[in-house]
Amino acid sequence: MRIAGRGMIDRRKPVSFTFDGRRYSGFAGDTVASALLANGQRLMGRSFKYHRPRGVLTAGSEEPNALVTTGVGPASEPNVRATTQEIYEGLAVRSQNAWPSLDFDVMAVNDLASPYLGAGFYYKTFMWPRRFWERVYEPVIRRAAGLGALSGQPNADAYEKAYAFCDLLVIGAGPTGLMAALAAGRAGADVILADEDAVMGGRLNAESEIVEGQPGQAWAAEVVAELAAMDNVRLMPRTTVTGAYDGGMFGALERVNQHRARRGTGAPLECFWRIAAKQSILAAGALERPVAFANNDRPGIMMAGAVRVYLNRWGVAPGKQVAVFGNNDDAHRTARELAAAGVHVAALIDCREGVRVQGAAYPVLSGAQVCNASGRKELEAVTIRTASGEHKIQADCLAISGGWNPSVHLTCHLNGRPTWNADIQAFVPTPGAVPGMRAAGACNGVFSTRGCFVAGLEAATAALEALGRKPVAINFPEAEDAAYKLEPLWAVAGKGRAWLDFQNDVCVKDVAQAAAENFRSVEHMKRYTTQGMAPDQGKNSNVTALAVLADATGRGIAETGTTTFRPPYTPVSIAAMGAGGQGKGFAPERFTTSHAASLAMKAPMVEAGLWYRPSYFPRGQERHWRQSCDREVGFVRNAVGICDVSTLGKIDIQGPDAAKLLDLVYVNTFSSLKVGKVRYGLMLREDGFVMDDGTCARLGDQHYLMTTTTGAAGQVMRHLEFVTQCLHPEWQVHVISVTDHWAQFAVAGPKSRDLLNGLLDAPIDNASFPFMACGAVQLGGVEARLFRISFSGEHAYEIAVPARYGAALFDLLVARAEAMGGGAYGMEALNVLRLEKGHLTHAEIDGRATAGDVGMEAMVSDAKDCIGKTMSERPGLRDPKRGQLVGLRPVGAVKQLTAGAFLFAPGDEAIRENAQGHTSSVGFSPDIGTFIGLGFVTRGRQRHGERLRMVDHLREIEAEVEICAPVFVDPEGGRARG
Amino acid sequence: MRIECPICGSRDRREFYYQGAAVALDRPAPDAGDAVWDVYLHLRDNPAGETRDLWQHEGGCGAWLVVTRDTVTHAISAVELASDVKRAMA
Amino acid sequence: MAELKAQNPFADLLPLKIGGVSVDARDLGHLTVLGDLGNRAALAEALEQAHGLALPEPLRSTENGATRCIWLGSSEVLLIGTPPDAALTKVAAVVDVSDGWAAVQLSGVGAEDVLARLVPVDVRTSVFERGHTLRSQLREMPVSITRNEGGFLLLVPRSVAATMVQELRRAMEAVASRR
Repeated sequence: MRIAGRGMIDRRKPVSFTFDGRRYSGFAGDTVASALLANGQRLMGRSFKYHRPRGVLTAGSEEPNALVTTGVGPASEPNVRATTQEIYEGLAVRSQNAWPSLDFDVMAVNDLASPYLGAGFYYKTFMWPRRFWERVYEPVIRRAAGLGALSGQPNADAYEKAYAFCDLLVIGAGPTGLMAALAAGRAGADVILADEDAVMGGRLNAESEIVEGQPGQAWAAEVVAELAAMDNVRLMPRTTVTGAYDGGMFGALERVNQHRARRGTGAPLECFWRIAAKQSILAAGALERPVAFANNDRPGIMMAGAVRVYLNRWGVAPGKQVAVFGNNDDAHRTARELAAAGVHVAALIDCREGVRVQGAAYPVLSGAQVCNASGRKELEAVTIRTASGEHKIQADCLAISGGWNPSVHLTCHLNGRPTWNADIQAFVPTPGAVPGMRAAGACNGVFSTRGCFVAGLEAATAALEALGRKPVAINFPEAEDAAYKLEPLWAVAGKGRAWLDFQNDVCVKDVAQAAAENFRSVEHMKRYTTQGMAPDQGKNSNVTALAVLADATGRGIAETGTTTFRPPYTPVSIAAMGAGGQGKGFAPERFTTSHAASLAMKAPMVEAGLWYRPSYFPRGQERHWRQSCDREVGFVRNAVGICDVSTLGKIDIQGPDAAKLLDLVYVNTFSSLKVGKVRYGLMLREDGFVMDDGTCARLGDQHYLMTTTTGAAGQVMRHLEFVTQCLHPEWQVHVISVTDHWAQFAVAGPKSRDLLNGLLDAPIDNASFPFMACGAVQLGGVEARLFRISFSGEHAYEIAVPARYGAALFDLLVARAEAMGGGAYGMEALNVLRLEKGHLTHAEIDGRATAGDVGMEAMVSDAKDCIGKTMSERPGLRDPKRGQLVGLRPVGAVKQLTAGAFLFAPGDEAIRENAQGHTSSVGFSPDIGTFIGLGFVTRGRQRHGERLRMVDHLREIEAEVEICAPVFVDPEGGRARG
Repeated sequence: MRIECPICGSRDRREFYYQGAAVALDRPAPDAGDAVWDVYLHLRDNPAGETRDLWQHEGGCGAWLVVTRDTVTHAISAVELASDVKRAMA
Repeated sequence: MAELKAQNPFADLLPLKIGGVSVDARDLGHLTVLGDLGNRAALAEALEQAHGLALPEPLRSTENGATRCIWLGSSEVLLIGTPPDAALTKVAAVVDVSDGWAAVQLSGVGAEDVLARLVPVDVRTSVFERGHTLRSQLREMPVSITRNEGGFLLLVPRSVAATMVQELRRAMEAVASRR
């Protein structure tokens, strides 16, 4: 029901939306809750466990009852609080956790079964039989108890993440926050003011009070306008600061477009902000707490402060006959304002004795309590207990106030514990709990408007001083300064269920039962009863619940303590936190210069780290990748193949001490390498295991070029920087990655030199460019580097040009190779070629292999120290029983080998204890005509010729294999030198 | 979490790579013996209080850093260039 | 004889203009890393002598006409727009990286907001002035950012040029949608 002349809604702008398919009309500025209330729709949800009918309890983000689903299809969003969702034209809202309808919910039978559904019921009830846990109990419980459901479709909305920086972050734009931001802004500080509401002002927008001679709402609007005009102040409305983190970092969720029907291209629904602030002021306000009494969850029972918000902010009377019940003066304010607005106040019930209200137009019952409520889907009457007995009064709305709890949450995010303040019967922040943060105003236990202005100004002054800025004088606005007086009242005694946690259906008796069953610690009680574990995290129930626990265990509240407040303050969608990470946004894609050409040749691409590399290049009649792979292997063995190897890490190393660095990081010696030569090198981790391998070329006396494997490029670079900065900062050496500068291609096969000589400005021969030579060459005037190295075992080269020429060179090399009976080859062929030669990849050097394991013990120089050398000499790493690299070939009926299979002696059972080794990589060798493999076998080098049983338990493949030398083709290595 | 890089200033922790205890700066001689190498590589204190870690500002200037921080409060009390620390050890 | 045609790292992905922000490819010519070999003073002198450029302090850049030098990391600076003088090789590690970096100019009203969505550092004018430079990460990519007259010069490794454009596009659309 709307009240004329009140509220901050725009009555010239009606907005229509639907709730469970029915059309409703509200005004611009309404939330779903205010618009539904204005339309007399009280019932907004069903409770979690008992499916009790529920109405709206609060007017803010702490709302436990009115959770709804907005949108349809992939755009639907469950568990939206009707109290914060602004309406827009066409908004579709649905109720949750009710079937077939909100009005008639079959699962409401749970309510009748409530004697069996109390605290810990599932621990006791669903214990046996064990096999029912996952198949029966869990699905049943999940269906019965629940919140909204996801659509099950991919989320098509855009989200974003962003960073913001400031001197001072002010959290909350009520009287305290506005005053703090104004003081800091005028002093020239770089300020961010964040508030979760769409309109800044906090309680100033909720109350009808006079500030500096004008309505509080108008004063707030003036201050916001002044702040908005300041270049040094950034206003962030609709932004909830959800977490405080180390080093002045804050997380905040901005609801960018949740209030709009039409959104532009790429317009984000929400933005997750990371805010770095040198100082912060918490001005988060306070949350009113209910009083527990029997059936206190009836729709129509609301917080007294929320009733004032609906009245003053949205011009809505939440009922026709409103009773008010409280233990403090704030409840009186609600009764007063309702009466002033012409709403019938049925009674003001104050639990305190001797309370008088001068000139009240409604009955005032002092020393009385509300002890029950009736009316299933809508409140009809409340039962009042006085010294003279109990009686009912008619009311369709009950406004309750059990006092206010300061919103201390963010001060606890770094493990701080709040302090009990007996004067206000609430927890207040412990100063210094978050470095650089000052809690001020209502969240610090100061409840009068004037008190909040004072606190905001003081906090800003202190923050400015900490920032080294001079505060400027500010005229102090006149405002109410009433004292806050209350008498603690947590739960009204009596029979029947009295709710504490509305969202998780936790009642007073559940907490009492937990205490009786010896779950007396607050953390145990919480987990046993699920108190405070719903999405609202018990914002309006935790303190009351622990007061009840304190009472049940005979301890004080301070002694009982609180549970831990953790981020986020309000729920944050995973989509917002992971913004940009969907699809291609997950990780950068690194493309080689031949990428487009490979795609044009229809090569399927495979990921290698962040790089994309061609798997194989299919041709005409080929139906299977193996056909392409076999053909490409043939190119290299018989003619010439071209492969982009730009993804290998290339590290330029220069300086007088470059050789020293290489001698320390490689097991073998590089100081002795001649200029113009390349050497294979093996690198260990300090613990003695192999880190990486690759070649290293000496380009000049003090100039080397190291190559790493594609996957380990980052790790090796970091390792080199560790050595040069942390172990030997005195060395004159500089390392830098040049991977992206060079496009590098393998030209491999017996015709490789012929091909190159058709392109190079000056031809080469075996004398000028022998195996393992390197040097500068020119291609059409372009400076290039040529390395005579071979991963395939054939006569081969790698040629590198500046990346701008990569695409052109690849095209040229492939065209020439094709003319010579060869062509491009991909990763599959590259893998077979290296397997046939027993060359290593990270399938072999998998972090567990030593130099000895891979048969390179002899490479470890005796003449010098190197990283990992000492540890590689540990007995365990020298144990002859360790797995040693071997070749494997099938010799039984099954010809297929698989990688990752275990190897057993022929007679042994195929269990882990009997394993003699494993296969690391396999492939089909067109040269040998069968599968071949590499693997590790205990004492393998002495066992060539022995037979083992390969068992792949996952793929259920068994094959008989013979151990052989890990080089299948050209064991003498003559081809590479030819 | 933020780390005050001596070169780049206060930066988000995403830019930093965490290595482990700053013990890694003090590499033993090859013949220092098993016990010393064991301590260097594997034995780590797990203090409730001050600890010195090696981080690299990998996503920034590339400098290796020795970060002194408190494991209880998470407060960072000092950030030094590892190369400076190493030189001072000599 | 072979003739190799050069290709720019962005192919046809640029220019890009969304809302008030635009991204244009930049060909900076020669890019040379000058690596510190422990004698900073000698490098500073050689740079001044050969190219009339001051050796930039950390987080700063210097320029002399079209020739610029930007700080690139704890032990290196990047010489832009000229082949390095041979004298530099005596006092520094000199590495040609002309093709290692892909460069764009990000400009227009809202350019700072675009970067706020991609980079975890504060690049607002009040703290990041013309001539200032920094190293950070653009999403997961290494980046060098320098504020110049028209906005920002961004350098990323050449292999991620396409990903950078994709990320810039997304952020630009988001920023444009708020205006």
